[in-house]
Amino acid sequence: MNKRRVVITGLGVVAPNGITVPEFYDSLHTGRSGIQKIDELKSLNFSCQVAGKPMLKEGYLNNYFNKVQLKGLAATGLEYGVIAGVDAWKDAGLELTENGPTNFDAGIIFGTGILGVDKFREAIYKVDEGNVRRLGSTTVIQTMASGISAFLGGILGCGNIVTTNSSACSTGTEAVLLAYDRISSGQAEIILSGSTSDSGPYVWGGFDAMRILPHKYNDHPQEASRPMSATASGFVPGAGAGALVLESLESARNRNAKIYAEVLGGAVNSGGQRNGGSMTAPNSEAVQKCITKAVHNSGIEAHDIDAINGHLTATTKDPTEIENWTIALQRKGKEFPYINSLKSLTGHCLAASGSIECVASVLQIHKEFIFGNINCQDVHPDILSVIDDSCIPNQTIKIAPKTVIKASFGFGDVNACVIFKKFYD
Amino acid sequence: MNQDQLLLKLKEIITPYVQNEEALKDLSEDTDFIKDLEINSANLVDVVLDVEDEFDIVIENEDMEKMLNVKASLAVIKEKLNA
Repeated sequence: MNKRRVVITGLGVVAPNGITVPEFYDSLHTGRSGIQKIDELKSLNFSCQVAGKPMLKEGYLNNYFNKVQLKGLAATGLEYGVIAGVDAWKDAGLELTENGPTNFDAGIIFGTGILGVDKFREAIYKVDEGNVRRLGSTTVIQTMASGISAFLGGILGCGNIVTTNSSACSTGTEAVLLAYDRISSGQAEIILSGSTSDSGPYVWGGFDAMRILPHKYNDHPQEASRPMSATASGFVPGAGAGALVLESLESARNRNAKIYAEVLGGAVNSGGQRNGGSMTAPNSEAVQKCITKAVHNSGIEAHDIDAINGHLTATTKDPTEIENWTIALQRKGKEFPYINSLKSLTGHCLAASGSIECVASVLQIHKEFIFGNINCQDVHPDILSVIDDSCIPNQTIKIAPKTVIKASFGFGDVNACVIFKKFYD
Repeated sequence: MNQDQLLLKLKEIITPYVQNEEALKDLSEDTDFIKDLEINSANLVDVVLDVEDEFDIVIENEDMEKMLNVKASLAVIKEKLNA
């Protein structure tokens, strides 16, 4: 069967450095970091006391949740996800009617790693006190993983697939690819895809305990996240949500929708936790295969790629990732594409990272720029031994990328790689 | 506790994490946790927590970062025990 073309018609984002798409774009363009000192982490004796946390203004949630929904709401991931999802839907020019008919051609694939941690904490205290009857009616819907797709499904009236995927830090990119597959195979016309991640000490604590977060930048939060740098010392934890409306080209044309970019395809795989891969480290062979397969599935050649948006978290694995890109794409030195990492500006938004970074990648195509990396004036020597310094912009450059490749890798040795292209009729 | 007793205790602690059992037989001060014993680097944190429990000590980040081999680990433990 011939695959149908799939385009992106709506974007939404709640990121540490911008809670609307225009604000986020401005931050990308000017290199504005969203990483800040979090006093709560200090008082809780965290080693890493900085994080990328989206800042919602007081009353902002009233625009997205009704009074009953707001009562006892304590699930930041749900909040970020609903805001990003609804914004993307509206941006696509799709209807948002409370009592309209169910749209059986529209679905939701919105992932998360864990949802409603603060709500779950409340519940645990009440249960332990023998006070389960006081939990209220919303503990389940705020803490079930699929709470996010369920909430969005109800708000938007979607009647196609409504589900939540979960694959650690590759979740968001995987969601986009699952949506692409469903639309390109003719099983849906529109899918709101994306992912979200709770913020706060209960989500970030486990990573702090693994000693994989930087602890020497507590007084210089905006210097803490240093992807590709020789002085990178761990990833800065973050949170937020990204959302992309994927749509069949046919449906987008019928609606006269604005088109941000085309999704050419991609690949997901796993390294099986073999051959150097583990629960926490990627098998390089699998990473390379995922990239080459994504290129193949997209019907392009590796030399067509103008820019890479890497996973690049600012751990010791960054040089390995770059080497994997050079091997998979067979491009080295000055022939290597431009590469950037959003994490220098937002930290690592965990399950939300893939979707937020997909939004950034699509914006680069739509707004014709490549955003600069911050905190990597001192590029790691192992990176410079395989690619040229000029491939790593320190400032935003005015070059219009036609084809952008984006990869995400997650715990469990799972990989996802997607390719976006400027839309041509 | 003398050096040999400490080494024995440490061996007991790391044993469950060791993936190269052969190298464990020749455990010495020069043994490296990752290179020789093939302990998953993520598990080094758990080794340190087990050491804290066993010896009733607290190991700070800076000390923990040194604990990549037997010699350095024993030095940190001894220092904490004498503190």
